[in-house]
Amino acid sequence: MRFERREHRSTLLVIATPILAVIAALAIAGLLIAAAGAPVFEAYWKILTSAFGSRLSATETLTRASPLILTGLAAAVAFRARLWNIGGEGQFYLGAIAAAAASAHLFAGLPSLLQIPLLFIVGAFAGMVLLLVPLWLRLRFSVDEVVTTLLLNFVALLFVSMLIDGVLKDPAAFGWPQSEAVDAAARLPKLLARSRLHIGLGIAVVIAFLIYFVQTRTVFGVQSRAAGLNPSGAVFAGVPLGRTLVIVAMISGGLAGLAGTIEVLGVKGYVTTDLSPGYGYSGIVVAMLANLNPLGVVLAALFTATMFVGADGMSRSMGIPTYIADVTVALSLLSMLVAVFFTQYRIRR
Amino acid sequence: MSALFDILASAGLWAAVLRIATPLILATLGALISERAGVLNLGIEGIMTFGAMVGWLAVYNGADLWVGLLVAALGGAMFGLLHSVLTVTLGLSQHVSGLGVTLFASSFAYYVFRLMVPVAGTPPTIVPFQPLDIPGLSDLPFFGPAFFTQTAPTYLAIGLAIALAYLIARTPVGLAIRMTGENPHAAEAQGLNPMAIRYGAVIFGSALMGVGGAFLTLSAFNSFFPTMVQGRGWICIALVVFASWKPERALLGAILFALFDAFQLRLQTVLSGVVPYQIFLMIPYLLSIAALAVMARRARVPQALMQPYRRGER
Repeated sequence: MRFERREHRSTLLVIATPILAVIAALAIAGLLIAAAGAPVFEAYWKILTSAFGSRLSATETLTRASPLILTGLAAAVAFRARLWNIGGEGQFYLGAIAAAAASAHLFAGLPSLLQIPLLFIVGAFAGMVLLLVPLWLRLRFSVDEVVTTLLLNFVALLFVSMLIDGVLKDPAAFGWPQSEAVDAAARLPKLLARSRLHIGLGIAVVIAFLIYFVQTRTVFGVQSRAAGLNPSGAVFAGVPLGRTLVIVAMISGGLAGLAGTIEVLGVKGYVTTDLSPGYGYSGIVVAMLANLNPLGVVLAALFTATMFVGADGMSRSMGIPTYIADVTVALSLLSMLVAVFFTQYRIRR
Repeated sequence: MSALFDILASAGLWAAVLRIATPLILATLGALISERAGVLNLGIEGIMTFGAMVGWLAVYNGADLWVGLLVAALGGAMFGLLHSVLTVTLGLSQHVSGLGVTLFASSFAYYVFRLMVPVAGTPPTIVPFQPLDIPGLSDLPFFGPAFFTQTAPTYLAIGLAIALAYLIARTPVGLAIRMTGENPHAAEAQGLNPMAIRYGAVIFGSALMGVGGAFLTLSAFNSFFPTMVQGRGWICIALVVFASWKPERALLGAILFALFDAFQLRLQTVLSGVVPYQIFLMIPYLLSIAALAVMARRARVPQALMQPYRRGER
């Protein structure tokens, strides 16, 4: 048995790939649900109704999807240029804490229309800086950025933990380590009254379209793709490799930082060390499920959020551990990898 | 200053060093051997988590501690097989596949653990490995408590590092592994099967990662809790680079690293209240990054690392 590269990929196949991958993942996760002694179809139905069955749950799912779109875009932009930014989690937290600190101390009292954009810049900048360090290490010392970005996640989280237990600690929080609350004018407006859904969702979707435009219609989009597909070929063709990677890193780190900023301004209003249930890591899965397509990221984030919110509800009523959501999401990543492979290769005997 | 010296002169520090080093030695060797054959295994963090869980679960359900380690090895090998299928047979990106394996292995571990062990106020415990009493050596003043009060798996890990150093540098098997990692086409021309060698190295390496994780729950601690691996896997990946892909240096690197870790733990108690404890906890990660920056250029990377091998394709 051997594999042969396909000459042509039909559009149908490309569209069907993520769907088949998700179905495969759900089937395998179904075995695990069955192993736990629960009826599989009922469990999946419960996941769906817990994620979309009511106005509350539907808005909750969309609220969860917003940061996932941004961290997913962060990973997708970087991966396309073969910049392995696995540090989305750390960048998310730095973006959150930078915005919270700036709102409480620097920009307090500024009107919303001025303060919120300023905080977005501050948060994105913080995320950028955290990714530029590993990129510098790669360009200067040829250190693999996968390991450094992963290790920096732990450093960033400890740094945030230190701040909210120290200089930024909220004295009114009864001793709990949490940051001071952001200024009231910094809270993001709601998309829907009586829900947690905020304008962050709209911002994330607009950014997804922007990135789609940049990647398909600009010189930089072509350059960053070339840098990923064939770095030495790209250099030969006159692509400034270092500069392209720096810009890619700034976009990627900035998006992850912005995700943290939007989460803290839109949902909680203050930072704790459980602000993110692994949004940075899930962003990697979202990006892969979308096959690095920015518009696909929106759909993949919606699927991932559905699994997480739905599994919470299903877990309460059926006694299946919520980790089934993480298992399913990880399985979809693996099956997506395999599915993409078979869109590029066929089996020959 | 004398406080620092007191720390270094205490037998407890050195006993802690070997205890902290053991899981790092085992998992670093696992990552090292598969990288020597040309496959980066970023599944390490998840495989260690799964090994820690499944080894503990076996013992919790009445199995012998050694059986627990064996179960952890088999669990690790299972994920190694998965990683091999994805990266060797299909030739997928080793980065992405490894991360996928980590996400899957760790979430699967948490799922199984929650399913088998209901939520309780205090986590259930097992009776872990006890320090081995070595007649003569364990009673020596200072050296006894410092170096000879470890549990059996620690000695096993050190012995394994030496054995693997010999295997890789001096035996035909080691030569075949190195050749596959440097130039699989040349290995094939010599009548070797690069695919099979890569499968073997990744699966064996993953088994070691599983055992490294299980050391945490069966010897260092006595219970399992999520996120307990705490980035140790990523640190091991850095240690492989630091060790320049040599088992004997991996042993030294892990011990050196553990020395810093044990030292900062004790420094924490001395300096508590003056310096936030988070600063100390950051040190191992920052140290790994610094080690990478210093060593990355100097280290001899296996030439075919991360390059999929397809027969008849260049």
